[in-house]
Amino acid sequence: MARLIVDNKQIETDDGVTLLQACLDNEIYIPNLCYLKEMDNPPGSCRLCLVEIDGHSQPITSCTVTVKEGMVIRTDTEHVRRLQRTAFELLLSVHRVDCKNCPANRKCELQRIAKFLHFGLKLVRLDQLERETTVVQDHPCLEYVPTRCVLCGKCVFVCQKKNGQAVLSFAKRGLDTVISFFGEEDKATATCEECYACAEVCPVAALLMKEQ
Amino acid sequence: MKQNSKEKLKEVFASIKMDAERRFREMKGDSSQNIFIGMATCGLASGATDVKAAFEEAFSEKGISARIIPVGCLGHCYAEPLVIIDRPGFPPILYHDVTPGKAKLLVKAFLEEDDPVFEHLLGAMEKNDLIPWIMDFARFNQEKRVVMANSGLLDPEDIYQYVAKGGYSALVKALTLEQEEIIHEIQDSGLRGRGGAGFLTHIKWQLVRDAKEKDKIVICNADEGDPGAYMDRTILESNPHQVIEGITISAYAVGAKKAIVYVRAEYPLAVKTTKKAIEQAKEIGLLGKGILGTDFDLDIAIFEGSGAFVCGEETALIQSIQGKRGMPQPRPPYPSQRGLWGKPTAVNNVKTMASIPPILNKGAQWYRGIGTERSPGTAIFSVVGNVLHAGLVEIPMGVTLRTLIFEICGGIPNQKSFKAVQIGGPSGGCLPGSSLDTPIDFDSLTQAGAMMGSGGMVVMDEDACMVDVARYFLDFTQKESCGKCTFCRIGTKHLLDVLERITRGKGRQGDIGLLEDLSLDIKAGSLCGLGKTAPNPVITTIKYFRDEYEAHIREKRCPAMMCRTLTAYYIDLDKCARGCDACVGSCPTESIFTTKNRKKGIDQTSCVKCGECMASCPPEYDAVRKVSPPELAPRIERPQETVTHG
Repeated sequence: MARLIVDNKQIETDDGVTLLQACLDNEIYIPNLCYLKEMDNPPGSCRLCLVEIDGHSQPITSCTVTVKEGMVIRTDTEHVRRLQRTAFELLLSVHRVDCKNCPANRKCELQRIAKFLHFGLKLVRLDQLERETTVVQDHPCLEYVPTRCVLCGKCVFVCQKKNGQAVLSFAKRGLDTVISFFGEEDKATATCEECYACAEVCPVAALLMKEQ
Repeated sequence: MKQNSKEKLKEVFASIKMDAERRFREMKGDSSQNIFIGMATCGLASGATDVKAAFEEAFSEKGISARIIPVGCLGHCYAEPLVIIDRPGFPPILYHDVTPGKAKLLVKAFLEEDDPVFEHLLGAMEKNDLIPWIMDFARFNQEKRVVMANSGLLDPEDIYQYVAKGGYSALVKALTLEQEEIIHEIQDSGLRGRGGAGFLTHIKWQLVRDAKEKDKIVICNADEGDPGAYMDRTILESNPHQVIEGITISAYAVGAKKAIVYVRAEYPLAVKTTKKAIEQAKEIGLLGKGILGTDFDLDIAIFEGSGAFVCGEETALIQSIQGKRGMPQPRPPYPSQRGLWGKPTAVNNVKTMASIPPILNKGAQWYRGIGTERSPGTAIFSVVGNVLHAGLVEIPMGVTLRTLIFEICGGIPNQKSFKAVQIGGPSGGCLPGSSLDTPIDFDSLTQAGAMMGSGGMVVMDEDACMVDVARYFLDFTQKESCGKCTFCRIGTKHLLDVLERITRGKGRQGDIGLLEDLSLDIKAGSLCGLGKTAPNPVITTIKYFRDEYEAHIREKRCPAMMCRTLTAYYIDLDKCARGCDACVGSCPTESIFTTKNRKKGIDQTSCVKCGECMASCPPEYDAVRKVSPPELAPRIERPQETVTHG
């Protein structure tokens, strides 16, 4: 058992859990997109779950920190909020906002984070970065929408976990990075048809079951 | 180690060394003539292969007995191909820019007629009464060669040459010491990692040594990817054994039995020489099982990286060896705790590894005597761009940028003035003239806004547009971002887009502030070193050259006249010579027309601003002008087509 102070409030948590998990378990919400409780080594890629920890000069991702007795944490400092808002704004700049027609509407993580950070879904500072491909239909039973994808990697993780070997992974570099099935479409059919773990875990409906 | 086994170890090595010295003596027999040709990548690119063939041909034609010894790189890339001729009666003489023709001339004049051809030599390698000693020149005497002491002086593919010159004696010494003693020696030397961040080497080693896990791994990071940087490549091509000796010592110190050299596949020659060096070391018992008769085993493998810049980051490098996508992982756990295959791993740069043997040989105190208090030792830079004597330079830490650029590297060519120097590759910063007195060491450079990085240094003259320079580096980092984390993947693309629109004259009010704000957030929020340092070129160019940004945005003017959209060429009618056609043929878009009084004008609507007309205008007229903003170019209308065809 470890006791921590988060935003001036004492919380108790099991040893060995991540700081992010400890806060979420204690109903302290920290925005996050790429974290799952089952991950042994969270990727720390969305950069939203930043917090300030006493003794550290810079904000740190709470998903990569294991709780320690006596830790003093702030989840809402000016610097943390500034970085979270910028990270969110960046994600928004590659996300086609079309909530009305999006299957994730009202259960979308981006909507939740926008609400939490009091951040509108309209870009003010940055220009929208357009993508060439809007929908990828290569897979026999899955549809991939790069203009929604936040590249959290949860789909890759759950597929790996459930099937031993992930049939989807990241491809390309930089802004062109996408989730790809690497031409394994046919082989994958058998398992994918009964699985859909990736589509279920996707926080923004970028991976969808194809309508039969 | 017990006394008698120490003696045995020394005995084993003594016989190897004797063998090496015998071979070396035979090769350099008193009467024989030796031709050393620099055949590292820089030499080959300048035509060393043809030079070698020319020498061989001349020898067989004239029946001269002389030995050709291919060697690595001396660091003087501006003068390649370099050849050293060592023959009785003369000091060894260094010749520069040797062509096949020059090679034949040297054979005839020098080898046959004893004329050292003064006009083609750079200097003598030893002090003598006949020819100026190279050490009389700043490019040589202001350097301090520790890592590169033997670069360009021995055949990288011949282990015996290295051994004969004292190589592997540090390993023998190390094997007689306790592991802790070696780490202490490194601690006393103050050696900091040469990969860029300057982390203390002994701390890394100690962590790996102290780790409970039995299997440990040492990785030598040769995944050099900065544009314009080629230090690691040259070291591996010129003297791979010094690196291998360093790796072996470090593996012994941390208790590893496996080591990997991670080198990019784009360095085929470095891969080849390193492979060969490992084989040779194995053959004579300096690697493999029971090294030099001790119970220390080490295998060194080579892993060829596929050229992703981010794989120079240690966690991404480890992912890549494991067959995964090269994406950095959050630290902790550090590789020293959980690295390759989950095992404690010490990752050190090539230059760090190559610094180990001299430190053990000459002692920590000697090493501390070089460089500064907090950054002991030497720094190796590949100085490129607008300098007279570009190439690899090894200097003691603490030398100022001014000394390095203006004295050692000969300053800026073509009577142009210095504008900026980019240090540390795309992760580094651009420093202006006012920073020239900054001493080169880890902390001073970081303080000035640049960083030591792995040692790339690009010198720019007055013609460089600093906004465009920042755009260039961001274009690189943005493409090389692994795409994992939000700030780096998307943030650098926005930086690039804003910089691009500024260079195209589409900059908006507030763009400078936006660049600054985004840069700070990307630095603070990114996952790995690539993202954390990617905005440095933007931050430093804004800090030191803000007026250039403002000129681009407010006046649509590029002060260096480099950004094409913001410049225009025109022909000064007062200077243009009536009837002269020199520029017309040079124009690729037929934008040059003849005015009514038979002078020339440029059609701005079709001009692509290539500058060919300026280059082709005879100097006595010098009539072509370049201006920014383009509106400054006077409008000269193309006369209506009056010639009727047919």
